[in-house]
Amino acid sequence: MKEFLIILFSVILIDNLVLSRFLGVCSFLGLTKSVKNAMGMSVAVIFVMLVSTAVTYPIYWDLLEPVGLGYLQTVVFILVIASVVQVLEAIIRKGFPPLYKAMGIYLPLITTNCAILGVMLINIQETYSFMAAITSSLGAGVGYMLAMFLFAGVREKMDKADIPEFMDGLPITLMAAAIVSVSFMGFKGVIENLFG
Amino acid sequence: MAQKKSAGYELTKGIIKENPLLILMLGTCPALAVTTSAMNGLGMGVASTAVLVMSNVVISLLRKVIPDKVRIPAYITIIASLVTILQFLLEAYMPDLNASLGIFIPLITVNCIILGRAEAYANSHGALYSALDGLGMGIGFTLALFFIGSLREILGFGTFFDLPMPWITEGGLQPMMIFGLPAGGFAIFGIMVAITQKLSKKYYSQRPQATMDREHFPGSISQRTDVVFEETEVHDGPRAPRTPARDAVPPAETEPGAFARQAEADGESEESK
Repeated sequence: MKEFLIILFSVILIDNLVLSRFLGVCSFLGLTKSVKNAMGMSVAVIFVMLVSTAVTYPIYWDLLEPVGLGYLQTVVFILVIASVVQVLEAIIRKGFPPLYKAMGIYLPLITTNCAILGVMLINIQETYSFMAAITSSLGAGVGYMLAMFLFAGVREKMDKADIPEFMDGLPITLMAAAIVSVSFMGFKGVIENLFG
Repeated sequence: MAQKKSAGYELTKGIIKENPLLILMLGTCPALAVTTSAMNGLGMGVASTAVLVMSNVVISLLRKVIPDKVRIPAYITIIASLVTILQFLLEAYMPDLNASLGIFIPLITVNCIILGRAEAYANSHGALYSALDGLGMGIGFTLALFFIGSLREILGFGTFFDLPMPWITEGGLQPMMIFGLPAGGFAIFGIMVAITQKLSKKYYSQRPQATMDREHFPGSISQRTDVVFEETEVHDGPRAPRTPARDAVPPAETEPGAFARQAEADGESEESK
């Protein structure tokens, strides 16, 4: 249990997916104009992340690795992610129309979101157990959501600020991201103190 | 698409005018993650360029064979295979670089520059021009990564290509670790974008209208940018007489928001992840 908690907390706070591993930065910059969009995208990412981990993990360890085809992971994983996204989209559209309304438009964007493929590859690299891999994916997704939510809040405030013309638009957004990222650096050492 | 572009134009448009990273805002993840040193930035840029040129050529040659409906999965498979080949080459010949780029080598697969160019250019042009387009875009991407990497290495560690720079550090400038950390990456990137937008404004206002003609393909990045242009600028008026005032918004400034709006509007935009 402790092992899972350590993974969960370190992935959410210290190795935050967006702010320290730089995965999913495009959507982080593109979809944080409003808190609503940010949350919709985050929920979709968590969903796809968990399902694709549950699918890619057995594929890699039970299918590819035993026959020495581990190097095909990139090709196989990206196809799995694309299919998972397609299937999920179809299921949600048929079965849960309100949910589809909320996150449907974000699903196609996720195929090329490097956060998903990145987390799959990290899970394999770290040789996690199946449950640990699921925990790490959940943590990564929640960390992504946290970063998106905080940053969307910052940007909503920034809309009202008077920004120098030279920095207006994307540059000031990136500077704000830098400051948010500094604030996450404050969590370094938290894990050691929490869990010994 | 209407008029034939010269080879030189295809090769150089990626450097400032359509710089994939700093103007079109594609491929930001590797740009921030691996640019802790000049060497890493250069390595990542060259690796991505190699994949970009090859994928553009392959996709251009296969563009009549691939059915339109399944083109995105087909492109992704082609790109992923090329990336796997590249990963083998790097493992064999440049193990150090491979180790320091780590997970971001396989992640070239989902770099939106590559899929974006496949969809926007190679899809509808011949192999030679597609190769030039890939090379030009790759050069722009490499240059941007190299500059960001150099700045971060010099300011953050006081070295350049792993060589110490005494004439900077002895002048009283202490290496500032923050630039080696993620926060410094965002900050340097922000400053680079601001400078490029400034340069781009200058470049735009010097050029006559004719050379600014953008390609119009369905779903292309250029077209998305044009949507932004139409939203923010006078519809039919020529660009020249307008003063470069605050309202002359270059594409990248409004682009992320525009992508989001676009995504809301039609629910598909593969390039803008």
